[in-house]
Amino acid sequence: MIAAAIYAVVQKDLLYAVIATGIISLILSIVFYILQAPDVALTEAAIGVALTTIVFIITIRNTVRMEDESDKNKNIKSAAK
Amino acid sequence: MKKVLVILLLAVVGFYLADVFIGIGFGNDHFVKSDEIKPVKDIYLQQTVENLKVSNAVTSIVVNFRGFDTLGEVTVLFLSVTALGSILYRKRHHAGDRSVLFSASSIVTAGSKLLFPPILLLGAYVFIHGHLSPGGGFQGGVIIATGFLLMLLAYENYTVSHNALSIVESFAGITFAVIGLMGFMNGGTFLQNFLPVGTLNDLFSGGIIPIIYIAVGFKVAAELTGVIYTVLNEKGDQKNG
Repeated sequence: MIAAAIYAVVQKDLLYAVIATGIISLILSIVFYILQAPDVALTEAAIGVALTTIVFIITIRNTVRMEDESDKNKNIKSAAK
Repeated sequence: MKKVLVILLLAVVGFYLADVFIGIGFGNDHFVKSDEIKPVKDIYLQQTVENLKVSNAVTSIVVNFRGFDTLGEVTVLFLSVTALGSILYRKRHHAGDRSVLFSASSIVTAGSKLLFPPILLLGAYVFIHGHLSPGGGFQGGVIIATGFLLMLLAYENYTVSHNALSIVESFAGITFAVIGLMGFMNGGTFLQNFLPVGTLNDLFSGGIIPIIYIAVGFKVAAELTGVIYTVLNEKGDQKNG
């Protein structure tokens, strides 16, 4: 799950990053289920895995797919602060 | 200087957060360490089974004890959907207006047609049985919205009527508010239970909880279908990657 999160931040291709966030949600819903919270697990599975991922994919289709290089440097600087 | 302040602030916040959670084991529920304070969860769990006859404690808390919060959440969702629609709305869309890279194959269209009714049925089951099994209005509504999403992806000419969506959504919202106000008429508080609670583990039990969850389910399904439809019909610049 942490590996998927790091991959989503580092990855320049936004489509792969969105898929990685979907994997985070999937594992998170399994964790919720193990922690005996099936309601939250169901919500996370439905919203996090299905709906958010697909809305992001539609957004990527309508905008640009690759992350801008200058934009990425700015993000790394703000994250390192 | 600024960075030092930020790190200091983060350290203080992190210390107090860790201080609260460090005593609780992974997956345990002991928030109150001493036995003198009786936590509110015991009262909720007791009331849920004895007075409301609802087997899913999460549902009874979300809809009955904290029903006003749920009304606020539904309002937040409604406001965000309205904001999205007002930003993305340009002109009335027509069927087949959507930009598609390539049309879906016959396997996808036939499979979607086959899967669409079971997905709707599953969503309806989840929100009708919200007071008996895990799930509820939000989850069921999202499942129904994914069913509509499947149809919208498979058929490029598939359209959803915006008028029908807004009618369903408004009617469900009004149902929620009216049921809440009917608590006042019966001499209680907002969203107080006024229907007979029935027996435990019965489908028609729990007083107003199933009715509210069905309303919430329809409302969430209509709103999220509207979101997907609006976003999907939005044409971007023609420089797709």
